Amino acid sequence: MILRLAFGSLLARALTVTMTVLAIALSVALFLGVEKVRTGAKASFADTISGTDLIVGARSGSVQLLLYSVFRIGNATNNVTWQSYLDISARPEVDWIVPISLGDSHRQFRVMGTTLGFFEHYKYRRDRGLEVAEGKLMADLFDTVIGADVAQALGYQIGDPIVVAHGIASFTEHKDQPFRVAGILEKTGTPVDRTVIVSLQAIEAIHVDWQSGAKIPGKTTPADKIRQMDLTPKAVTAALVGVTSPLKTFALQRKINTYPEEPLLAILPGVALQELWGIVGLAETALLAVSVMVVITALIGLMATLFASLNERRREMAIYRAMGASPRVILGLLVLEALMTTLLGALIGLAMLYLGLWIAQPLVDSAFGLYLPIEPPGLRELGVLAGVIAAGAIVSMLPALRAYRLSLADGMMVKT
Amino acid sequence: MAPIISLQDVQFRWPGRTGFGLSVPQFELARGEAVLLLGASGSGKSTLLSLIGGTVLASQGTVRVAGEDIASLPGGRRDRFRAEQIGMIFQQFNLLPFGSVLDNITLPLRFAPERRKRAGDVQRAAAGLCAALALPEGLLTAKAATLSVGQQQRVAVARALIGTPPLLIADEPTSALDETAQGQFLDLMFQQIRAQRSGLLMVSHDPRMADRFDRVIEMADFLHVERPAA
Repeated sequence: MILRLAFGSLLARALTVTMTVLAIALSVALFLGVEKVRTGAKASFADTISGTDLIVGARSGSVQLLLYSVFRIGNATNNVTWQSYLDISARPEVDWIVPISLGDSHRQFRVMGTTLGFFEHYKYRRDRGLEVAEGKLMADLFDTVIGADVAQALGYQIGDPIVVAHGIASFTEHKDQPFRVAGILEKTGTPVDRTVIVSLQAIEAIHVDWQSGAKIPGKTTPADKIRQMDLTPKAVTAALVGVTSPLKTFALQRKINTYPEEPLLAILPGVALQELWGIVGLAETALLAVSVMVVITALIGLMATLFASLNERRREMAIYRAMGASPRVILGLLVLEALMTTLLGALIGLAMLYLGLWIAQPLVDSAFGLYLPIEPPGLRELGVLAGVIAAGAIVSMLPALRAYRLSLADGMMVKT
Repeated sequence: MAPIISLQDVQFRWPGRTGFGLSVPQFELARGEAVLLLGASGSGKSTLLSLIGGTVLASQGTVRVAGEDIASLPGGRRDRFRAEQIGMIFQQFNLLPFGSVLDNITLPLRFAPERRKRAGDVQRAAAGLCAALALPEGLLTAKAATLSVGQQQRVAVARALIGTPPLLIADEPTSALDETAQGQFLDLMFQQIRAQRSGLLMVSHDPRMADRFDRVIEMADFLHVERPAA
């Protein structure tokens, strides 16, 4: 009956209580949502490249190598000579090797020269491979395959011509050798979406008439002549390597790092991703801190509502006292009320989270390549909910203690 | 049998408010007796009622209810003792407005297991009291806030009577009612109190209802209020 009366008392103050419940629900939904995005982003980030055991490049920092080879951010300080590349690919530990050649761009997107092996071996989200949405992979020297974002941003369709610019953010364009869009890839949520992929030979081909970064004046080699030239590259930017057995990864890494002919660097993508996340992760910590503060704000709101309700409820408490309730019952009533409010808020917040996820999941996945799994609340979420409810009870202790003292002083008589 | 209320050499001083206090050399109320206390506001009546109810304690002397020295009971037991022994009726705002009439009537039983046992079938006891107090049938499930003031006061009487506590304390229960309603209210209340043989201590400033009571006392005759010298 006391429970029923406590609930009745809450209902009688429905408007303020609803506001408090709503504030708690929103804060809980926000907190859990940020949690979800955070773990989702971390997982997506870690899933940017998988299945590759080593990334090889010129000697620099591991994060830098990862940034330019996988995320296409920044530039390589140096290249890997073709000879070194051949030496590494000849090693017995190497199962497969895919060269990458960077340095040119198309509009705001990077151009990457590679082999067809890239489409076979590049994996993301554990074991997902690249799929062609439209068209097919490069068959001709001047064929390109473009990422989903490139196609969408520039409105390209199969067969459209593309002119590649030399360097990045450069106006010098390789107008002599226009490429053709052969295929468009499915959205992956990885930097591949923002990449124009051409064959390794194509990168050589567009630089035939160039020397030291500038076009040789007056020299124009027609495309059919280029096709007959030897287009073996002199160097590549980096290479993705798969080993025959995971046990051999470290041995191969050591071999490459101590390669005598050229200073090279081999990194484990997972380790480098972790290192990079340590830097990027600062933002997620800030986001988390903000959402914790939102929860705290909602709890302070709960406390304020309880405090504000005390005065108008002195008569209610006096009635309880006159009927034989001890001041401890009064204290319990207030804590019970806070518990019911936060419990309701937490449950509604959880419902809001799932509703939000259900609506936003496909949008977020296609817009940001961020996959937010809809799963039943895990231990972590339940822990957060329990924590919020417990915090609500603790926060309510202050007004409850005041009610306790008031009801001790008022007794059965409310002096007005 | 010990008188239901007995005060001996009681001194009380409000904490904090220096100089304000009251003293009662001697006061008794026999079992089944109906006593009217006459006094204007500020005559110390709410303090006296709080002393009897045990929500405040005398600094000197003894307050006994049903023979039990109230000060000797620990806090929680004292609250329960109040629920067991005393039915309480206020001037107005007696009820929890969000509760049903039944919830309001049975509220003291929640804190008084003995009294609940005496009430037997709680729902039937409440319905019987409502009928005896001329409250319409079917009111039990209504929300207290929907009742008229007169009905609310009668529900408060039913709540004070349920489980036949030996003592009823009423603090100006008729002041919110008009004259006809007052007469009707007192008729019904006295009928039930006499039937249950409960004692009644009623505080009022209105001497017109005096002839219904066994005894009428002026507050000033037995209770001395001390005020700080202004």
